[in-house]
Amino acid sequence: MSATIAASSAGLRRRKGETKTAIAMLLPSFVLLSAFVIYPLIRAIILGQQRCDSLGNCRSNGWDQYIDVFRSKEFQKALWVTVRFALITVPFGLVLGVGLAVLADRYLKGIGIFRTIFSSTVATSVAVASLMWLFLLQPSIGVLANIGWIGDLFGVVKDPGLLQDSGTALASVAVSSIWANLGFTFIVVTAGLQGIPKDLYESAFVDGAKGWMRFTNITLPMLAPTLLFASVVLTTRAFQAYGEIDLLTRGGPRPQDSTTTLTYLIYGQESLISGNDGLQAASAVLLFVVLLLLSALQFRGFGKRVHYGN
Amino acid sequence: MAIDHVPAGTRRIGRYALLLAVSFLVLFPIYTMVVASLKPGDTVFDRPLVPDSFTLDVYRDAWTQGRLGRYLLNSAVVAIIVTTCQIVTSVLSAYAFAFLRFPLKNLVFGLFLATLLVPLEVTLVVNRRTVDSLGWLNTFQGLAIPFLATAFGTFLLRQGFMQVPKELREAGEMDGLGHVGFLREVAVPLVRPTMGALGLFSFLATWNQYLWPRLVVSEKDMNTVQSGLRLLQSADIDKPNLVYAGTIVAAIPIFIVLVIFQRQLVRGLTAGAVKG
Repeated sequence: MSATIAASSAGLRRRKGETKTAIAMLLPSFVLLSAFVIYPLIRAIILGQQRCDSLGNCRSNGWDQYIDVFRSKEFQKALWVTVRFALITVPFGLVLGVGLAVLADRYLKGIGIFRTIFSSTVATSVAVASLMWLFLLQPSIGVLANIGWIGDLFGVVKDPGLLQDSGTALASVAVSSIWANLGFTFIVVTAGLQGIPKDLYESAFVDGAKGWMRFTNITLPMLAPTLLFASVVLTTRAFQAYGEIDLLTRGGPRPQDSTTTLTYLIYGQESLISGNDGLQAASAVLLFVVLLLLSALQFRGFGKRVHYGN
Repeated sequence: MAIDHVPAGTRRIGRYALLLAVSFLVLFPIYTMVVASLKPGDTVFDRPLVPDSFTLDVYRDAWTQGRLGRYLLNSAVVAIIVTTCQIVTSVLSAYAFAFLRFPLKNLVFGLFLATLLVPLEVTLVVNRRTVDSLGWLNTFQGLAIPFLATAFGTFLLRQGFMQVPKELREAGEMDGLGHVGFLREVAVPLVRPTMGALGLFSFLATWNQYLWPRLVVSEKDMNTVQSGLRLLQSADIDKPNLVYAGTIVAAIPIFIVLVIFQRQLVRGLTAGAVKG
């Protein structure tokens, strides 16, 4: 009996030692994540019901400030711009990414070079990609405006310019964003394609399924988890788009604010609420809630289809 | 069906033609910028697609007048600090979650995972205030410290550690290897590929950060490459092609990193996609 007691107390001591080791190992991450993710989130939620002056002195304004912000014309408009931006960038980005991946998913000599080219935009940061497109899209001095037939055919390219016309500005920023994300989508979908068991295609071949039928009956269903992941990432990126707006349009053209997305409304220098931490925090928290809802929706919508192939 | 009767050779040529055409479209923005950056200042806008002249002057100007060298250095310093620290903090916390028993483990792990849901944009308002009150605006610590730990890295490496066979840990215990010893001698070498993927991912994410440097840097010489490009673009209206050269130079380091670490990149990017 004494032997069991000795053994269990040794076990207890080891347990205690393990706890100490665990605390020591978790401490750095825990402190940093608490200080720079959890605390700021809680603080932002509290800040969101306060009004602040430009010196950062804040006083409470009541929780219905969230409702006021949400219903404000500026927030509603920015939300709508953001939704439209996502509705352009996500579907087109996915279709193009899948198209490129399928195109390069063959055993051909030199296919590696094409794969590298298709992934290459992953190497461009948002600033690099945006400046490249700025060079293409600027009126009068941009590349497209100086290719004769384009300028003749589409007057808007030269005057006022694709980024300066309130009708085309958002779509033009979206094109730059789709291009910049293409490398990411291509890589992810290519990996997904390679994970599809080859015998599935072989049995489909025996059953006489070809081309388009094979694509819709095998490839797409088997890609569903990959497409879910890519679409969640692309949607999140669309809702967080800041750099491309800051570099290409600064939220303009004004007064329509055609490209002032939520993130730009919160952090843009020319934004109405810049310098008011309370209103910025309220908008940021609302952005977070919208993103959470969207991800949940996507998981539910796609979730039904993920195992369709089996 | 009809396509089956087209000779294989013709089909292959057709596919190559398609691949080439698409490659041209994908590379077009990069091509035009490279061409523009190699032209002397006054000829950039005549025949923008034709590489009819070649000078590296603009690159020299971007490096010196444009302060590009300084921005690259700043980006490298911040990215290396963040990457190194993220790997260390993630390895430690991942090990605790994978190998140690301690009270409230599931709760703490859940808390870690929950931080993954919080987008940067929500925390930056308060983080800027924090960094400001610490007097860290325009400093390396201000640029780096908010990003030294990552739940993503913890999660990724925990997955790796979970695949280490239990027998190895038991054998280590028999040899009197404590947790620190086991971590260093056995566990870390086994998850090195995952650490590589995490490192690459952290490096790229930090290097490409745009909003945070815009918020905490106001002194010219503390800009990273990304926020520095914004400065180049808004300042030098009389020298437009300084920006083009700057853009190319800013893209080159990442391009080299990606060519070297292609495999790790695919691993890192698809970590959530294939298994998730």
